Amino acid sequence: MMKKFLIIFLSVIISLWFLTPVFFIVLASLTPSSDYYNPTKIFPSRLTLEHLYKLFVTLGGGKATLVSIEVALISIGVSFLLGLPAGYALTRYIFPGKNIIRLSMLMTRSIPLIVIAVPLVVLYMRLNLADTTLGVALAHASMILPFVVLITSSVFSGISVEYEEAGMVFGLSRFQAFLRITLPLALPGLAASAIFAFIMSWNEVFAASILTLTNRTLPAHILNTAMASPDYFKFAAGTIMAIPAMVFIFFIRKYLVSMWGITLK
Amino acid sequence: MRGKWIPFLLILPAILYLLLLMGYPLFETFRLAFTSNEGVFGNFKRLVESGQFWNAMKNTLLLTVVIVPIQLILALGLALFVNKKFKGYTTILYFIAIPLALSDVTAALMSYTIFSPNGYINKILMNFHLIERPIYFFGYLFKNREFWVVALTEVWRATPLVFIIILAGLQSINKEYLEAADLFGFSKWKKFTKIILPLLKPSIMSALLLRTLFAFQIFGVVWLLAGRDIPVLAGETYYWYTFMNDPNMASAYALVIALVTIIVSWFYITFLRAKHLEGAR
Repeated sequence: MMKKFLIIFLSVIISLWFLTPVFFIVLASLTPSSDYYNPTKIFPSRLTLEHLYKLFVTLGGGKATLVSIEVALISIGVSFLLGLPAGYALTRYIFPGKNIIRLSMLMTRSIPLIVIAVPLVVLYMRLNLADTTLGVALAHASMILPFVVLITSSVFSGISVEYEEAGMVFGLSRFQAFLRITLPLALPGLAASAIFAFIMSWNEVFAASILTLTNRTLPAHILNTAMASPDYFKFAAGTIMAIPAMVFIFFIRKYLVSMWGITLK
Repeated sequence: MRGKWIPFLLILPAILYLLLLMGYPLFETFRLAFTSNEGVFGNFKRLVESGQFWNAMKNTLLLTVVIVPIQLILALGLALFVNKKFKGYTTILYFIAIPLALSDVTAALMSYTIFSPNGYINKILMNFHLIERPIYFFGYLFKNREFWVVALTEVWRATPLVFIIILAGLQSINKEYLEAADLFGFSKWKKFTKIILPLLKPSIMSALLLRTLFAFQIFGVVWLLAGRDIPVLAGETYYWYTFMNDPNMASAYALVIALVTIIVSWFYITFLRAKHLEGAR
């Protein structure tokens, strides 16, 4: 009885700790400006979609959202095409240099993206990729790729190699065994990883704002325009960025744990 | 053995891509950092001689030292709690995972809705007549408060990443070990320190390594909430690139970040691994 009460009590505290900031930013984005500046009014007298509408339609948030989605989809495509085989190799094969590769994948994150983006501008000008959606997507893919390698390797390691071996006993080649046995089993985890990759690209600001001027993604657009706007536009921006990400995490919540089983042995 | 080259062939495309899109820019960063009118080390000389650099270094280290241990302890507690798999634990898991999906910009904005002069803390306190004028959490005069708001925001935002990695480690622990410990009448505390913690070490190390890599790049939250009141290394990088239009100095800062992270990661890996092996003996 006591134990049950303790679990409920802790659950409530944890939920409040993680949900309160989200609740407040959504509330602030729906609060009319007069109520927002009224210091004694915690809850607004009415809710309004005005700030969200203005940000989305008048301030160019709608177009930026489309760019964000396009960038995310291309970068997922590129990083999975290249990262999936690497993730598989890291799980299923033993070869020299394996741990170094795994570690250097992690270490690529020690290089700040802001500075990678600077030389990339020069490279992109030569390749005619400057200020294009594809350019940003390729940069995002380079950021996501190491994670795709680590995360897919974690997903594959959750699927027993014995299934594949059984398939090979019955005359399948290694590739066929992978395609018919491992891949279908890994698919939910891989889809979850793809959604996580989507979120990483959706949230990235610096590469996107340095590499483009006219085709900005939503966060880059917000960093460059909404930050100079009144507070309630900032909150509307925060809400627009937060809601899709939260919905996605809801769909992949079951797979989060198996995805992040990355350890350095 | 036949097909020895297969794993390399599978990894090669990823590595080539990273070499082109990260290796080449990194090489360029080196070139830029070591290019200056005052000789090869000109930028670094300017860097070391400026007070701002040491401030940024101090703040970055201070934030890391404050944030990372808190996150580790909180995440460990949360993971042990969720791993009890009580009714409705998936819902709690989802709530904890929410910040994983939020960018630092969004998290900073959330913090701002709470702590700004018009924010909810002030509104609530004023509504209950506990204060008459809003409390200011931001601004050059309130650096100390700013620091704690930044730290709190980072703890809120980034604990879930540590939590997820540790929970994954916790779930991979073979139940038989714990059953055996029950058989021998181990206390809960003894089970935790003698079985769970040693087996969790690889996960804890990965989480610490990832978090430290990110902590040295802390930027969005600090930049939006405190600006340059609290200079940090990544913030100075951004400042020198965007506001001073000096890619050389920006690159020098970036290399310092990379260098410090590499040293710290190396420390983690050798130190923690050595301890781990000791435990096994």
